[in-house]
Amino acid sequence: MNQDDIKDSDIDIVIGALQPDLTSFLNEWRPVFSRFHLIIVKDPDLKEQLNIPEGFDHHVYTKPDIEKAVGASSTILFSGYSCRYFGYLVSKKKYIISIDDDCLPARDNEGNLVDPVAQHITNLTTPATPFFFNTLYDPFRVGADFVRGYPFSLRSGVTCALSCGLWLNLADYDAPTQALKPQQRNSQYVDLIMTVPARALLPVSGINIAFEREMVGPALFPALRLAREGKLRWETIEDIWSGMCAKVICDHLGLGVKTGLPYVWRSDKGDPIESLKKEWQGVKLMEEVVPFFQSVRLPRTATTTEDCVAEMAKSVRERLGSVDPVFNHAADAMLQWVKLWKSVGSGSSTPGGA
Amino acid sequence: MATPVSPIPLLKDELDIVIPTIRNLDFLEMWRPFFQPYHLIIVQDGDPSKVIKVPEGFDYELYNRNDINRILGPKASCISFKDSACRCFGFMVSKKKYIYTIDDDCFVAKEPSGKDINALEQHIKNLLTPSTPFFFNTLYDPYQAGADFVRGYPFSLREGVPTAVSHGLWLNIPDYDAPTQLVKPRERNTRYVDAVMTIPKGTLFPMCGMNLGFNRELIGPAMYFGLMGDGQPIGRYDDMWAGWCTKVICDHLGLGVKTGLPYIWHSKASNPFVNLKKEYKGIYWQEEIIPFFQTTTLPKECTTVQKCYIELAKQVKAKLSKVDEYFVKLADAMVTWIEAWDELNPSGGKAAELANGASK
Repeated sequence: MNQDDIKDSDIDIVIGALQPDLTSFLNEWRPVFSRFHLIIVKDPDLKEQLNIPEGFDHHVYTKPDIEKAVGASSTILFSGYSCRYFGYLVSKKKYIISIDDDCLPARDNEGNLVDPVAQHITNLTTPATPFFFNTLYDPFRVGADFVRGYPFSLRSGVTCALSCGLWLNLADYDAPTQALKPQQRNSQYVDLIMTVPARALLPVSGINIAFEREMVGPALFPALRLAREGKLRWETIEDIWSGMCAKVICDHLGLGVKTGLPYVWRSDKGDPIESLKKEWQGVKLMEEVVPFFQSVRLPRTATTTEDCVAEMAKSVRERLGSVDPVFNHAADAMLQWVKLWKSVGSGSSTPGGA
Repeated sequence: MATPVSPIPLLKDELDIVIPTIRNLDFLEMWRPFFQPYHLIIVQDGDPSKVIKVPEGFDYELYNRNDINRILGPKASCISFKDSACRCFGFMVSKKKYIYTIDDDCFVAKEPSGKDINALEQHIKNLLTPSTPFFFNTLYDPYQAGADFVRGYPFSLREGVPTAVSHGLWLNIPDYDAPTQLVKPRERNTRYVDAVMTIPKGTLFPMCGMNLGFNRELIGPAMYFGLMGDGQPIGRYDDMWAGWCTKVICDHLGLGVKTGLPYIWHSKASNPFVNLKKEYKGIYWQEEIIPFFQTTTLPKECTTVQKCYIELAKQVKAKLSKVDEYFVKLADAMVTWIEAWDELNPSGGKAAELANGASK
């Protein structure tokens, strides 16, 4: 789809509210967000009322709404950072952009305010090139192109279904890394967008993300829940898990994943050393899953994203279920998510990704 | 703008700079602050009777076609004539651990701050820090100052693997093929992308030889730039060919390939009509070549670069000869290259894996 054909009404901005007062957050984002419809999902564990400033076209979902839609026993799927997935479920738009509620607009190297919505949409509406690496990165950017030696038959690219943005200031590090380098802040604005090559795995951070809802929505789910999951990003792993599933599925369906711009500015929050004192479960689990993801193959008969998720859940149970019970729960949650997507969500994906 | 301070000559005695030239070496004046500490290997292409003047103060050895023929004898047939592919002769005769190769129309570029870029220093940094081909890091090279591995990056993969290749980029004249040049004659690369990254395992890329560093001990024998130029049906695919072979072998041997910084300033736009004639066959052939490299597998027994390369040559002959007779010749030349390499480098084989940590 051409970027010029995209209307504001094709986009939902989904915000998971883990803090009650969204006033300064939304006011800072007002120049970018005010044109769009916002889906704000309140963390079911949050007791306080949400404080939302005037002037936004928005819909708020809270615990009762979640319970009504998915049943009380399902609500656990949507707690903490996972609350945003409920927003993905109920959206009816073509594109979803989701940003953590502790992130603010960033500035580029020229001092201009970055509009992540516009950049994510550009990423999603220009082709991805997963089958061959272009050394000048995204060839569809103005001022760039395919370089000498890039096969012509691969230059039309594939649909980009997932756009992963980055973070200035507090980068998305795990607790051990941030604890080791407490002063380290990411100040490098790298003017780059690129397609993540097919079969390459990456940690997809949920902090600043955008996707084509029907194509990728079923593959982004809150399934891998840590025993002592917390309210700080480095106490969670659900986005990393679903992101890796999503990448395998995108590779299988011939869809593209881009990474790089846009940046958001992520506020300082939390004490990594305190988080370190909790379990390192997330870090340990990652070690178990890498060989799995590197070798998992989906059958040719899986032609829709939902089918792919179901197949992945099967593989997870078969190959990781005995490693740690958390994977059995993840497999269950993945299947539950597909059911919810079909019943609560609107519209299933077209086979092979349109 | 501060005058360039003499940089720390890292790896001064362990790195050769290989420059193919047919014109002159005036460009070296601009590089003097960065290159002077190093030994140069000049490979003079074209008419051997022409005298190429090397600016004063550089330590160098120069080889023309007569030298190549004398040193290699009948095996000289594998070295291209009238094409910058001849540079790989320089790789073969070098005795150093690292090579940096640069074209004679490439100059010192500037960072956005206005500071001159010491391309060689960045290549050395890239080569001396590990690569991470098994898992993509979204903050790019985690070993660069100010970056690190992101949340979710498996700890067991954070040691990385040795880096065999450092592929630099170019500002100003971009490395486009002829059709793109014809359609976009005015396009210049003005975007400075402040990143280095590892190209994931299993992913191929178009390697440009204009601004390239590599660990000769780890991957040297794979850096054969093929049969191009005079008497050959194709040109401007020399570095491409070397890159595809090198990447497949690096992936097989667990070595890393980085791309990104440093930038150089590419000043000369070659004639797109001349380029089109050279590339024409390549544009069609690469449609077959790429699937070949994407699907090729090397047996476990190929544990050295040479063994991998000979095996690749076998597969090229078996699978690409149907595309054109040229690939039969090329496969033979690949074997000749390895024979010549081993003759000139008798200790041969893949060097002890950084056992002594020989970095300064």
